[in-house]
Amino acid sequence: MPEQLLQQIVNGLMIGFMYSLVAIGLTLIWGVMNIVNFAHGDFLMIGMFTSFWLFTIFGLDPLFSIPICFLLLFILGIAIYRFIVSKVMKGPMLAQLVVTFGISIFLSNLAVYFWTPDFRLISTTFLQGTWDVGGINISVPKAIASIGSVITSICLFLFMKKTKTGKAILATEMNRESALLMGINTERINSLSFGIGAALVGVAGAFLSTYYYIYPQVGGLFGTIAFAVVALGGFGSIEGAFIAGILVGLAQTLGGFYFDPSYKYAIVFMIYLITIWIRPQGLLGW
Amino acid sequence: MLSVNNISVGYKGLLAVQDVSFQINQGEIVSLIGSNGAGKSTIVKTVAGLMHPVKGEITFEKEPIHTIPPYDVVKKKISMIPEGRQLFGRLSVLDNLLLGSYSLTSNEEIQKTLENVYRLFPILKERKNQRSDTFSGGEQQQLAIARGLMSRPSLLMLDEPSLGLGPKLVSDIFRIIQEINCNGVTILLVEQNVHEALEISHRAYVLQTGRVVLEGKGEELLQSDLVRQAYLGM
Repeated sequence: MPEQLLQQIVNGLMIGFMYSLVAIGLTLIWGVMNIVNFAHGDFLMIGMFTSFWLFTIFGLDPLFSIPICFLLLFILGIAIYRFIVSKVMKGPMLAQLVVTFGISIFLSNLAVYFWTPDFRLISTTFLQGTWDVGGINISVPKAIASIGSVITSICLFLFMKKTKTGKAILATEMNRESALLMGINTERINSLSFGIGAALVGVAGAFLSTYYYIYPQVGGLFGTIAFAVVALGGFGSIEGAFIAGILVGLAQTLGGFYFDPSYKYAIVFMIYLITIWIRPQGLLGW
Repeated sequence: MLSVNNISVGYKGLLAVQDVSFQINQGEIVSLIGSNGAGKSTIVKTVAGLMHPVKGEITFEKEPIHTIPPYDVVKKKISMIPEGRQLFGRLSVLDNLLLGSYSLTSNEEIQKTLENVYRLFPILKERKNQRSDTFSGGEQQQLAIARGLMSRPSLLMLDEPSLGLGPKLVSDIFRIIQEINCNGVTILLVEQNVHEALEISHRAYVLQTGRVVLEGKGEELLQSDLVRQAYLGM
């Protein structure tokens, strides 16, 4: 029994780190611009398809397509911000809410149009099989993906805390007017943050594509979970999103293990509801 | 040095400032005084580039600056310390100061400025790693002023620096402002603390409902009937 429990904890951690990385990009965009990016899950989907096609056409292993996914989604994020989102930033709240929702529907349907709604898998990456660690089975692609997620999250964390640009993003997030007075071009920070947020979820997509089904609607599930993770961790808090992602991953696998796998998402969202009932600002929110 | 010529500034069609003109010469301390809603804050925000005039122009060292964004105004060596400190609360003292020098590019210059600022505010050096939102009101105001100095301004604008401080701290702040001025920084001060402000000012402008109604030397205004009745309760 303890072995099975340990197995569930390991599984929960592995999916949790994935959720963390997806949610960090979302919380960054929210923190800087107060915009809910409903298209975040679809950015993930584009990352996954990018990795899939690079593998299918050029035989490029998903691990090597990570920088390409990062760059592509970074550019896509900046373009979407510049040409669409920034136009409605000055408009009414509802317009801001609806615009990313529209981008989401557009992207997922574009994917259906080009690539059909079929489910696809990358079958033969050199990340295959499982490790047996003391009776616990660890899937190699999942393990690599979660280690990669942690490393990427730490890189972002260091970028925010140690670099001049990272601090400028934090400053803009805390007090936009003061940031302007310091000489920070906050409009550029907006577009940079949108780009970084998208790039991070693009990296998550590349990692996820090594073991998860790739299909146009995949963003729906991950996007919804990412919202719960961001709200649980505290809107705008990167550390909060990281921790909440792990909690949600654990809740999902342990809940599925102790109750019934079909309830796993219900349990995740119940924890979320209870948390915001007790602490509306989320675990590490302010 | 700074010349504000007939500016009108408005929020959504309502003019908060109407046809205001004033000048600041190199090395002066100039105060804008007046009650709440007189348009003082709007004026400094407009000079800083946070707002733009619908009419009139602002020149600094003979260059027009009223159309450029705030992050470019800083590069002209104009720095504004906003009302209510507006610190980056979840960041350390040092990070707040370094963000103040965001517009500077030379690391050497930043370090030198940091040393100068620490000399003026020794407490900030002692607590450089402390989160700024753990500071008391007086300490926060010191940090706000220090952060404003980190861009090495030639013109420093302070919006209500004495707001919310006790009498002892208020005179400390005014003493510091004088000291900064002695170091060669020109000062534009917005204050409701009329008496203290006029005492340290070379010149001042009195604003009422968005217009300049009186101007003169600090000590002259202290003696004027309008100021005595309206702001000093005499």
